[in-house]
Amino acid sequence: MHIDKQPVTFMFLAVLAILVGTLITTFIPLFVGTVIPSTEKVIPYKPLEVEGRDIYIREGCNNCHSQTVRPLPFETARYGPPSTLEESAIDRPHLWGSKRTGPDLARVGRKYPAAWHYLHMKNPQSMYPQSNMPPYAWLADNRLDVSTTEKKMKVLGYPYAPDDIKGLAERTEMDALVAYLLRLGREVPQ
Amino acid sequence: MATETSYDYDAIKGFAISSLFWGIVGLLVGILISIQLVYPQFNLTSWLTYGRLRPVHTNALIYGFTVPAAFSLFFFLVQRLGRTPLAFPGLAKFTLYLFNIAIVLAALSLFAGMSQSKEYSELEWPLDIGVVILWVLFSINIIGTIMKRKEEQMYVSLWYILATVVGVAVVYIGNNISIPVSLFKSYSAYAGANDANVQWWFGHNAVAFVFTTIPLAVFYYILPKSSGAPLYSHRLSIVGFWSLVFAYLWTGAHHLIYTPLPDWIQTVAIAFSIFLIAPSWASVINGYGTLGGQWQQMRSNYLVKFIILGITFYGLQTLQGPSQAVRAFSALIHYTDWVPGHVHMGTMGWVTMTLSAGFYYMLPRVYNTEIYSVKLANLHFWLVLVGQLIYSVTMWVTGIRQGAMWQAMDQDGSLVYSNFIQTLTPNYPFWNLRTLGGVIFFAGFLVFVYNIAQTIRRAPAAQRA
Repeated sequence: MHIDKQPVTFMFLAVLAILVGTLITTFIPLFVGTVIPSTEKVIPYKPLEVEGRDIYIREGCNNCHSQTVRPLPFETARYGPPSTLEESAIDRPHLWGSKRTGPDLARVGRKYPAAWHYLHMKNPQSMYPQSNMPPYAWLADNRLDVSTTEKKMKVLGYPYAPDDIKGLAERTEMDALVAYLLRLGREVPQ
Repeated sequence: MATETSYDYDAIKGFAISSLFWGIVGLLVGILISIQLVYPQFNLTSWLTYGRLRPVHTNALIYGFTVPAAFSLFFFLVQRLGRTPLAFPGLAKFTLYLFNIAIVLAALSLFAGMSQSKEYSELEWPLDIGVVILWVLFSINIIGTIMKRKEEQMYVSLWYILATVVGVAVVYIGNNISIPVSLFKSYSAYAGANDANVQWWFGHNAVAFVFTTIPLAVFYYILPKSSGAPLYSHRLSIVGFWSLVFAYLWTGAHHLIYTPLPDWIQTVAIAFSIFLIAPSWASVINGYGTLGGQWQQMRSNYLVKFIILGITFYGLQTLQGPSQAVRAFSALIHYTDWVPGHVHMGTMGWVTMTLSAGFYYMLPRVYNTEIYSVKLANLHFWLVLVGQLIYSVTMWVTGIRQGAMWQAMDQDGSLVYSNFIQTLTPNYPFWNLRTLGGVIFFAGFLVFVYNIAQTIRRAPAAQRA
């Protein structure tokens, strides 16, 4: 057999080679097995938290903060109980992250009150003079864009009441982001 | 044998110049974000914060530098190795214009914070469609030219080119399936652990089909051509190719060690990561074997120097990567600066050195001239080598340092460095050294671009268009 003389056959075989590992480790887990946890106990995001999460994504917070506590002693001592499949089960996209220039945030909602976050987001260096986190004071000046909030809730499939969305136009991007951060670690009732 | 003039070089030139331009942009952003990590006051406006610029840096160097370099070099390789002109030269030029428009829009959208957040897959859905269209147009030319080749047997480089064509298409489309909310916003079709699993299946195979098969296609062509020595082993290249394209797709979950992703997927990924040493080193051994006995060329032939150092860093990279996949080592270095140190040995060492050798070999030929200055090419070599080593080594050192501080516990089980910032600030001196490494590397890149620009300037007028 001279497949290096037949480009079409060659490409066909290359695709087959690529698809074996893809099917077994990536495609099949989408539909069967333990990668699909029960979402019964997961508390769906509220509209303000969805908007906050989208600001987290827009500002690329995931470039410096992970959201997965590993089941290792030094890790749970620092951040809290290990992350479970359940708590990110409704997250689109996931925000597990890959780098901790700053600390993991999977449990940050249990750690600080809202007022702490407002001060820290505005000027991180006022609390930690040597912190390298960029200040995000301008988020407090930006009114939340709610033009697509309802559509987002529908696409994501989270339940909501029209009243939940009504008051949001009065809130700032900072309000939304802090509401999201306060939720982290409280997705599933303990 | 076809004459030189029957080949079509226009798009090759355009993609090469585009690649160098976006390379400069991507490296400049890299230096800025490196400075920002120590001096947060350099986060000047919302558009210039680290969180938005880091994707600009990675996307500019993947899609703005490496991909058009591949378009350029692959359009050259398929013509030369098939001894036939490009199938659709007009389409290739159209692809070039569309590419540059797409990259400008991509950069602007990332500056504005339009992001899917998944690493190297940040671009929102309209741009994803643009990328797929570009890839299809590129593939039509590659496959079309290979189909009408006059040389019956396809050389190794063409295998890697075909693998790149199909591999990028599969993983890019697979990871970017999403549900739009508006023109600028979409949500992933996958949720939670599945989204993470698909993302790193993509992420690691972006490494496979952009940072591995692209430079390998160039490597297998340039090394025998520039050294004058025939390829060491054809059989080894066959075994290496098929085991590489088979094994890579299983390994993505090594990015998710100790996450909630089910253990079996992690373990399978670790096993295949270790297996990958074999096909990777098949190419390394083929490289060393090809040069076998002619090591004096490392002094006399600057192309050989680039390509052999490049494959050496590939060899180191493919030993370090699998070791990082092992649970015990992952626990120490994951989430630390070790990982960017690893990535940058691959990109600054292996990928850039190999693509540079490709340009140094190809561009004088397509412009029908000689390289402007071998001396400058040597200067370029030493600057990028030293810059990369400073970058990688400082990141490994501080990565292990920070990982160890995160792990440090007293006898009573309490953390020695309980406040995160205690483990962060010791990074700063290393990060300043990293900036220095980046600046030296950038200086080397500028020497490279200057050398190429002068080469083009001295080309016969008819070739310069």
